[in-house]
Amino acid sequence: MRITQGCFSFLPDLTDAQIRDQIEYILSRDWAVGIEFTDEPHPRNTYWEMWGNPMFDLKDAKGVMMELDECRKAHGDAYIRINAFDSSRGWETVMMSFIVNRPAHEPSFRTWRMEADGRHVRYTHEMVG
Amino acid sequence: MDGDAAPVTVDLRAEYESSGVREILDELDRELIGLAPVKQRIRETAALLLVDRARRQLGLAHETPTLHMSFTGNPGTGKTTVALKMAGLLHRLGYVRKGHLVSVTRDDLVGQYIGHTAPKTKEVLKKAMGGVLFIDEAYYLYKPDNERDYGQEAIEILLQVMENNRDDLVVIMAGYADRMDRFFSANPGFRSRIAHHIEFPDYSDEELGRISGAMLGAQGYVLDPGGAAAMAEYVRLRREQPHFANARSIRNALDRARLRQANRLFSAAAVVDAKSLSTITEADIRASRVFSGGLDIDGSRRKDVP
Repeated sequence: MRITQGCFSFLPDLTDAQIRDQIEYILSRDWAVGIEFTDEPHPRNTYWEMWGNPMFDLKDAKGVMMELDECRKAHGDAYIRINAFDSSRGWETVMMSFIVNRPAHEPSFRTWRMEADGRHVRYTHEMVG
Repeated sequence: MDGDAAPVTVDLRAEYESSGVREILDELDRELIGLAPVKQRIRETAALLLVDRARRQLGLAHETPTLHMSFTGNPGTGKTTVALKMAGLLHRLGYVRKGHLVSVTRDDLVGQYIGHTAPKTKEVLKKAMGGVLFIDEAYYLYKPDNERDYGQEAIEILLQVMENNRDDLVVIMAGYADRMDRFFSANPGFRSRIAHHIEFPDYSDEELGRISGAMLGAQGYVLDPGGAAAMAEYVRLRREQPHFANARSIRNALDRARLRQANRLFSAAAVVDAKSLSTITEADIRASRVFSGGLDIDGSRRKDVP
């Protein structure tokens, strides 16, 4: 199942040119760029593994694309996403987060039902396949 | 909307005006005193880049020109300043995307232990992408006599990036002329990648005099006639002293002159007006050790008396 997490996830995969345009936009807003990867795309798995350090002082998207290419070489079969962090006062949050690489085979999810105290039913998702 | 047909002619003069190249070259003429061969070379480079741009517009085959440069000259001759202007020029002509300058020396590129150099150099390169990387004293990268030196690694990475990422980055290396020659002959890969070698001559006494006037003017001071004559003599004498760094030595000398002026006005304890606050007199300059037999920088510390 093609997971739909983050910006643009309902669109077809972004090309390198499109990723570069997005990063240029991020840099034009003075946001920091971070690359993260994981092999576990559960929706509650918020903290993916960081690739290198967040990039605060770049002026051009080429630097990020270089890091992205290295990440793809090292983890080509994992989910890779790009985060953009806005550090201005009042925000201090991730402003954009979009997936730039998906594994060849994406897992799907199964809904799990559990009875807790007093027949209270709790639901969760589990990855399968 | 149908696409615009490719133009058949290009007016180079119009391009020169519209692309902002003229402003930069005029700024260069105004702000940098002397450096005639440098300005000439930069003008020639600008013409080359304009023509190349025109060729691109007319759809003629083109390859990205090699823009890496080497600036050779003594310290204080304006290499970093010109590199900054060059970054602006290349940006106006569309050869670098962002036009910022990242200025590094060997310490920013070379690590202290195995495995440290590559990430360090890559970080610097990432920051410099889209602009100009200025490597000062580039020859320190190469230390053949120390086998535990990791400069060679940085050199390899640089050479690769200079060749493969010519669209993204322009590298300018700077340093003393003779040492740069030795560096290039030991690392021939660089010489073939660097298209423009620009020499920065030492300033003449007259040019240094004008520079000192310009520096003071920028800070809102003037030299009175006695001070101007003393300054001219100071320049002549300072040149003979060791560690002469052209414009930088002048700047340091002027800072010390301002210090002496401040002390003079303070000890006189008189009421000062704008004019006296802004005037550097002969006395402020003559007090320098340069007039009384030399700076003797290396031997100036008094030995402890046992």
